[in-house]
Amino acid sequence: MTTTIDYKDLAVRLQEQFGEGFTASTDCLEVPPNLVAKAAEYIKNMLDFNYFDMVTAADYPDRFELIYRLQSLSHNVLATFKVICSRENPSVPSLANLWLGASLQEREIYDLFGIEFSGHPNLKRIVLWDDFEGYPLRKDFKGKVYGTAN
Amino acid sequence: MALPTEPFILNIGPLHPSTHGVFRMRVTLDGEIIQDVEPVFGYLHRGLEKLCEKYTYKQNIPLTDRLDYVSAINNNWPYVMAVEQLGGIVVPQRAEYLRVIMGELQRIASHLLAVGSLMNDMGIFYTAFMYMFREREKIIDLLEMVSGQRLLYNYMRFGGVSMDIPTEFLPALARFLKVMPGFLDEYDSMLTGNEILLSRTKGIGVMSSEMAINASASGPMLRGSGVKWDLRKDAAYSVYDKFEFDIPIGQNGDCYDRYRVRMEEMRQSLRIIHQAVEQMPAGKEKLPVPLRLRPAKGEVYTQIEAPRGTLGCYLVSDGTEKPYRCHFRAPALINLTVLRNLLIGQKLADAIIIFGSIDISMGEVDR
Repeated sequence: MTTTIDYKDLAVRLQEQFGEGFTASTDCLEVPPNLVAKAAEYIKNMLDFNYFDMVTAADYPDRFELIYRLQSLSHNVLATFKVICSRENPSVPSLANLWLGASLQEREIYDLFGIEFSGHPNLKRIVLWDDFEGYPLRKDFKGKVYGTAN
Repeated sequence: MALPTEPFILNIGPLHPSTHGVFRMRVTLDGEIIQDVEPVFGYLHRGLEKLCEKYTYKQNIPLTDRLDYVSAINNNWPYVMAVEQLGGIVVPQRAEYLRVIMGELQRIASHLLAVGSLMNDMGIFYTAFMYMFREREKIIDLLEMVSGQRLLYNYMRFGGVSMDIPTEFLPALARFLKVMPGFLDEYDSMLTGNEILLSRTKGIGVMSSEMAINASASGPMLRGSGVKWDLRKDAAYSVYDKFEFDIPIGQNGDCYDRYRVRMEEMRQSLRIIHQAVEQMPAGKEKLPVPLRLRPAKGEVYTQIEAPRGTLGCYLVSDGTEKPYRCHFRAPALINLTVLRNLLIGQKLADAIIIFGSIDISMGEVDR
């Protein structure tokens, strides 16, 4: 069965490596945006988290939250990470160079939330067309209204 | 004297029989060899995740059917599991068994379609496909018996399933379980040693296990490359820990292995259904849940092993009657990540087969 990693222990280990900023809670570890690339490399290579399960985003009134789920298939261990970025010019480093599996998912978040993934090899809109205006999954998105529905 | 050449750009799809829906590949060719591939998505984008924020929790169940329309029951599952975890809803044991039985029937139906259309792609036009549909029809009849629908079943509910099985279901299922292994043997004798299949799939589209893991492939794509990873065993949800079954894996990671994994998974699904029917307790199929459900604030992520791979649902509740955020981890989209790496350097005719062996469903890719 899958076990979840001990976030407090992981936070201590990451802080020893990269300094302050990691906040552990009961079900995830918060990583500051400027340390994402370094921490991800450490988590992949040193802790053997070889499987990038998923990444998604959520829009809150004051912030964007990115939720990363990484897995180690060989040890069957799971870890959830959160990255919080501001709503003005949101940008986080891309992890597509570490895990290929992140590339299409990051493009999808870029398309629907407008969060930029710096260093992504092919950051383009994926499901919407190129000159589409706005980012539909943001809460303040106002789309075209068809018919009488709100 | 060498003639000057230049790369040729070819659009495959979006409306093409081999693209399994409305998928488009922009292929750069040098003669017959593929130099570059650019997948183009979005022709079936309906904004499903945005729609989920507009409707109430219960109204969203039929929306999830429309993700991967050839395995609708499996799509309901992570969503209802997520809401049940958020709302602290208990599922009766009988309902868990019913979910497993229907989910595995749906997996067989989905794999039959996958294998049948793969045969179409390699030029065994519609003969194999109609054989597969003969049995798929029987499964659809069974699912119609329990849900009243034939494609999008809208079967699961929070705290159970929409309705209990009718009295004629179990005898009909027993008849199906009796004949199905014989039909699988028939496919094996007809296809598995088939000259066309062997020469078109052996050694084609080879994906190493490292590449499969790195590209987050899941389902038969991952297992075909020799990685023994199945959520039904490794992160057992529902009542899957009570059944005995094997996880078939491939050795070479080529199209043939993916095909074999699917064929073998159907047999394992039959084993699971046998055991589930035997163990299924009497009792209620559904516990009452308020129509205007307001789960507690919080977030949850659940995942199941769908026919195409790991299907997950990330759900955020803000305490109102509508989800604040609902995201689906779509295995079909993520399995396509590796398409470009698999296709470059291959021949155009093989591209169709490699793409077919990934087995995507556009409803899930674009959402």
